[in-house]
Amino acid sequence: MPQIQILPTQASTMAPQVDALYFFLVALTAFFTLLISGMVVYFAIKYRRQSTDEAGVPIHGNMTLEATWTVIPLLIVLFIFGWSASLFYTMARPPAQTLDIYAVGKQWMWKFQHPDGHAEVNELHVPVGTSVKLTMTSQDVIHDVYIPDFRVKADVLPGRYTHLWFKATKPGRYHLFCAEYCGTNHSGMIGWVVVQERAEYQQWLAGGAGQGTMAQIGEKLFKDLSCVTCHREDTTGRGPTLVGLFGKAVTLDNGNAVEADEAYIRESIVNPRARMVSGFQPIMPTFQGLVSEEGLLQLVEYVKSLKATPSNATGVPAAEPAKK
Amino acid sequence: METATPHANYLTDGYTLKSWLLTRDHKRIGLLYLISVSAFFVLGAVFAGLIRLELMTPAGDLVESDTYNRLFTMHGVTMVFFFLIPAIPAVLGNFLVPLMIGARDLAFPRINLLSWYVYTIGGIFTLWALVSGGVDTGWTFYTPYSSAFSNSSVALVVVGIFINGFSSILTGLNFIVTIHKMRAPGMTWFRLPLFIWAHYATALIMVLGTPVIAITLVMVAAERLLGLGIFDPKLGGDPVLFQHLFWFYSHPAVYIMILPAMGVMSELVAAFSRKRIFGYEVVAFSSLAIAVVGFLVWGHHMFVSSQSVYAAMAFSLLSFLVAIPSAIKVFNWSATLYKGSISLEAPMIYVFGFIGLFLIGGLTGLFLAALAVDVHVTDTYFVVAHFHYIMVGGTIMMYLGGLHYWWPKIFGTLYHDGMARVSAVVIFIGFNLTFFPQFIVGYLGMPRRYHAYPPEFQLWNILSSAGAVVLAIGYAMPTFYLVYSLVKGKPAPPNPWGAKGLEWETSSPPPTHNFDEIPVVTEPAYHYEK
Amino acid sequence: MAGAHTTHHAKLQHHFDNLDQQFEASALGMWLFLVTEILFFGGLFLAYMIYRIQYPDAFAEASHHLNVVLGGVNTAVLIGSSLTMAMAVWAAQLGKREAQMAFLAFTMVLGLVFLGIKAVEYSHKFEEGLIPGANFRFDGDAQHAQLFFSLYFVMTGLHGLHMVIGLAIMAVLFVMAYKGRFTKAYHTPVEVSGLYWHFVDIVWIFLFPLLYLIDRHGPVVGH
Repeated sequence: MPQIQILPTQASTMAPQVDALYFFLVALTAFFTLLISGMVVYFAIKYRRQSTDEAGVPIHGNMTLEATWTVIPLLIVLFIFGWSASLFYTMARPPAQTLDIYAVGKQWMWKFQHPDGHAEVNELHVPVGTSVKLTMTSQDVIHDVYIPDFRVKADVLPGRYTHLWFKATKPGRYHLFCAEYCGTNHSGMIGWVVVQERAEYQQWLAGGAGQGTMAQIGEKLFKDLSCVTCHREDTTGRGPTLVGLFGKAVTLDNGNAVEADEAYIRESIVNPRARMVSGFQPIMPTFQGLVSEEGLLQLVEYVKSLKATPSNATGVPAAEPAKK
Repeated sequence: METATPHANYLTDGYTLKSWLLTRDHKRIGLLYLISVSAFFVLGAVFAGLIRLELMTPAGDLVESDTYNRLFTMHGVTMVFFFLIPAIPAVLGNFLVPLMIGARDLAFPRINLLSWYVYTIGGIFTLWALVSGGVDTGWTFYTPYSSAFSNSSVALVVVGIFINGFSSILTGLNFIVTIHKMRAPGMTWFRLPLFIWAHYATALIMVLGTPVIAITLVMVAAERLLGLGIFDPKLGGDPVLFQHLFWFYSHPAVYIMILPAMGVMSELVAAFSRKRIFGYEVVAFSSLAIAVVGFLVWGHHMFVSSQSVYAAMAFSLLSFLVAIPSAIKVFNWSATLYKGSISLEAPMIYVFGFIGLFLIGGLTGLFLAALAVDVHVTDTYFVVAHFHYIMVGGTIMMYLGGLHYWWPKIFGTLYHDGMARVSAVVIFIGFNLTFFPQFIVGYLGMPRRYHAYPPEFQLWNILSSAGAVVLAIGYAMPTFYLVYSLVKGKPAPPNPWGAKGLEWETSSPPPTHNFDEIPVVTEPAYHYEK
Repeated sequence: MAGAHTTHHAKLQHHFDNLDQQFEASALGMWLFLVTEILFFGGLFLAYMIYRIQYPDAFAEASHHLNVVLGGVNTAVLIGSSLTMAMAVWAAQLGKREAQMAFLAFTMVLGLVFLGIKAVEYSHKFEEGLIPGANFRFDGDAQHAQLFFSLYFVMTGLHGLHMVIGLAIMAVLFVMAYKGRFTKAYHTPVEVSGLYWHFVDIVWIFLFPLLYLIDRHGPVVGH
C-alpha cells in the first residue's frame, strides 16, 4: 500500500520553519472551526423552537463581549503577523555568501547558467548545505520559479532581475514548477532541482562546462559587440571604464547617485539613455534585441569580474568554486 | 407565471414581453437579473465541470492545453464578473432594498433598467469572445501575456467586462442614493435592516473600485490594439503596475461578493431565531470597516511579485486587520442564536452551512496573509480552495439561502421545504468534498492553472472531482422544486416565516407600487419582543 | 423633505414624495457618478505619477515637445466654458429661456474650439513622429519618452471623449431649453449636466500642468 503524502518533503533550511507556522495555523483553524460550529449546533438543538408563535429572548448586545472577541483575535493575528514577517524577512535577504546561479525563463522552459559555465535546461544541480542565490529574468512574459520542497517561490519578470535564495538540506530530486500562468504550456514548464552531496557535485562540475565560464563568454561578447571600443580599461575611452564598477555608486547626469548593480548594468546595455553617467556624451547605441537575456547575464558576470587589480591585462580571474 | 393569488401584483401587471423588457419596476428588474445571472452560472458551472473532468487524470488528455487554458479563464470571468458580483445585489438587492426601507422604487428606475441592459450587452461581448475562440489569459489578465503575447480574443472580453462594470457602478450608485434619500418616515439609519447596511457598504465599493478596473482594462486594450506600451517592459513600461491596478479593484471586488451575503446572513439568523441580531450596531459598522480596509490590502496578491519587503509587510498586516470585522460578524451571529427560538427550515440550513464554510474559508485567509506561508502556497490550489470556500461556500450559500427565504415573497408560492433542506445538505457535503482536498494538494505544491500534473497529486484531484459531481447534483435540485412551486406550489401568505421587516408587511407577491400606504416606522429592526 | 408643492408637478416621478427630494436624489447621483470618474481618471494619473517619478528626465524632455501656447489657450477656453455653463444654470434657475439657450450655445462653441485646438495638436504630433508605435522617433531616452506620449494620448483622448459626450448632452439640453422645458421649479437636467461639465473642466486643469508644464519654470534642464 503506497503511503499517502499529505505534506511536502522538508528539503531546505526554511521548510521546517514554514511548516511550523503552517501547523500552528492548521491547529488554530481547527480549534475555532470546531469551537464555533460546535457551539452553533449546540444552540440550534438547545434553543429549538417549541411553539409556532415563540420568539427569542431579545438581547441587545454586550460591549464587553464585543471588546473581548475583538481584542483576542487581534492579538492572535498580530502574533501570526510577527512570526510570518520575521520568517519572510529571512527569505527576502540572501546571506552574504551565496553560490550565484542565473536563471532565464522563457515560454516554456528554464535555462540555468552556473558561473563556471555549466548551462542546464529544466534541471538545476546544486550542492547540499550551500546557500544558493538564483538571479532570474524572463525573455517574454511573467513566469515564476517554485520549488515546493524548499518552500520558495518568486516571480520571474521580463526586463528585470528578481532573486530567491535557499539552502538545501537533503540530497534528492525535487520538483521545480513555473507558478505564474504563462500560456499554452505553462504546466509543462517544469523541471527538477537535483541536490547532490559535495563530492558528487564537484564531480558533476568537473564534467566539463564547454565554452568557458560565464565571465569568459561575457568577455568574448564584450569584444564581439565592440563595447571595448568605448569602454576601456583606463579612463581614456568615450565611455566610462567598467573596471571596479560593479557595486559602486555612480553619479548620473541629473545629479542623482545609483548603485551599479546587475539591474543597472542590464539597463545600461538595453537603454543607455535612461540613466546616463555624468560627464559623458549620450552616444551609446542601444543593444536591445542584439543580445539575448543569457548574453546580458554573461556580460553582467564579466563586468562583475573586472576588479581594479594592478595586472588587468587579461582582465578576468577564473570563476571561484562553490563556496562553503 | 401562474400564481393563485387573487389580487393584482407586480407579476400580473402586464404579460407582454415589452412590459418586462421596458419595465421600470425594481422587482421585475430583479427577476430579469435572476434569469441572466442563472444563465451565466450554468455556463460557468459547465466550464468547471470540464476542468474537474480533465483533472481526474495527471495527463492532459481530455482537451488540448490551449482549450484547458480557455476553460479556466472563461470559468473565472463568467463566475466572477457575470455571476458572483451581481448575484445577490442585482437580484435580491434590487428586489428588496426599496421594500425594506419602505420606498416605492429605487431612486433611478430607468438607470436600474439600463444597468441590466449594460450587463446583458457586456455578457454578449463576452459570449462572442467565447464563440470566436475564447480567451486564455486567466481571469486576472496579467501583462505582458495578455497585452502582447496571447493569441486569443482578449480585446473582446476586456471590452465585455468594461461594459459590464458600468452595470455594477449604476447599481451601486442607485443603492446609495436610494438609501440616503428614500427611507420611509421613522426609518432612521439605526433602524435599517442589516441587509441594507451590507448593501450600502457594497455599493460604496462598487462605486469606488469598479472604475479602476475599467481604466486598467482600457489600458490593456490600448496596448493590445494600438501598441501603446504602458505595461510592456520593451517599451519602458512595468508589467507589475498592471497587477497593482488590477488588484486595487479585484480585491475589494471580493468584498462586493461577500458583504451582500453577510447581509443575507443577518436577515436569516434574525428571522429563524426570532430575535434581534446581537450587537446590531457593531455588525453594521463592521460592514463599513470591511469596505474601507478592503481597499488597503490589494498587495497580498503580490507577495512574490517582486514588491519591496516593507510593502509586503504593510499589506500583510492590513490583511490580518481586515479579517477582524468578519470574525466579529461570525461571533455576533452565533451569539444571536443563544436563547433564540430556532427553527430549521431550508434557509436556516444554509445559514449553518455558511457558518462552517465561511469559518474555514476565512481562517485559511490567515494562512495567505501570513507572508512566509503565502510564499509557499500562493499560486497553488491552496488559494483556489480558500477563495472557493468564501465565494461558493459563502456567497452562493447565502444567495441560495436568500432565494429560499424570499421566494414566497417574490413569487407568491411555497416550495417543498423537505426537498430544499436535503439539497442544502447535499450542497454542503459536495462542496467540502470538492474543495477540502484542494487545500492538501495545494500545500503539497500543485500549482494552479495546470492542465497536467505530477501523478502523486492524483488522489486529491479524484476526490475533488467526485465532490464536484455531488455539488452539481445539489445545485440542480433547487431548479426542480423551485420551478415546480411556480406551477403547483401553494400560495404564500404575506409573512410565511413570521418574520420582522417591511417587506413582510405587504402582500406576497407585492403590488407594483410596493405598499398601498407607505409605512411609518416606530420600532428598531428585528423587533420580535412581544 | 417638506416640498413646496401640494399639486403633482408634471415632472415629479411617482416614487418620489416631492420635487425637492427628486432633485436632491439626482444631484447626489451625479456627484457619485463624478466620484467614479475621479477614480477612472485616477488610474491613469497613478500610472503617470509612478513613471514620472521613475523617469523624470525622459518625461521632462518629452513634455517640452508639447505646445504650451495651444495648451494654455485651451485651458482658458475650457475655464471660459465653465463660466458660460454656470451662467446657463443660473438662467435655468430663473426660468430665462433665451438666456439658457444663449449660454448653452456659447458653452458648446467653446467646447468645439477646445476640441479643434486638440485636433491641431494631435496632427502636429503625428508630423513630428511622436505617436507611440512603430513610427515613433525621439532623440533621447526614446523608450520612456514613448511611455510619456502613450499616457498623453490616452489621458487627453479620454478627456476629449468626455468632452464630446458633454457636447452631446449640451445639444440635448439646448433642444429642451428651446422647448421651454426648464423652469424655476424644474431644471434638474441643467444643474446636473453643469456638474458634469465642471468636472470635465477640472480634469483638464490637472492634465495641463502635469503634461505640459514639466520643468518649465526656469531654463530648460538637461542637454
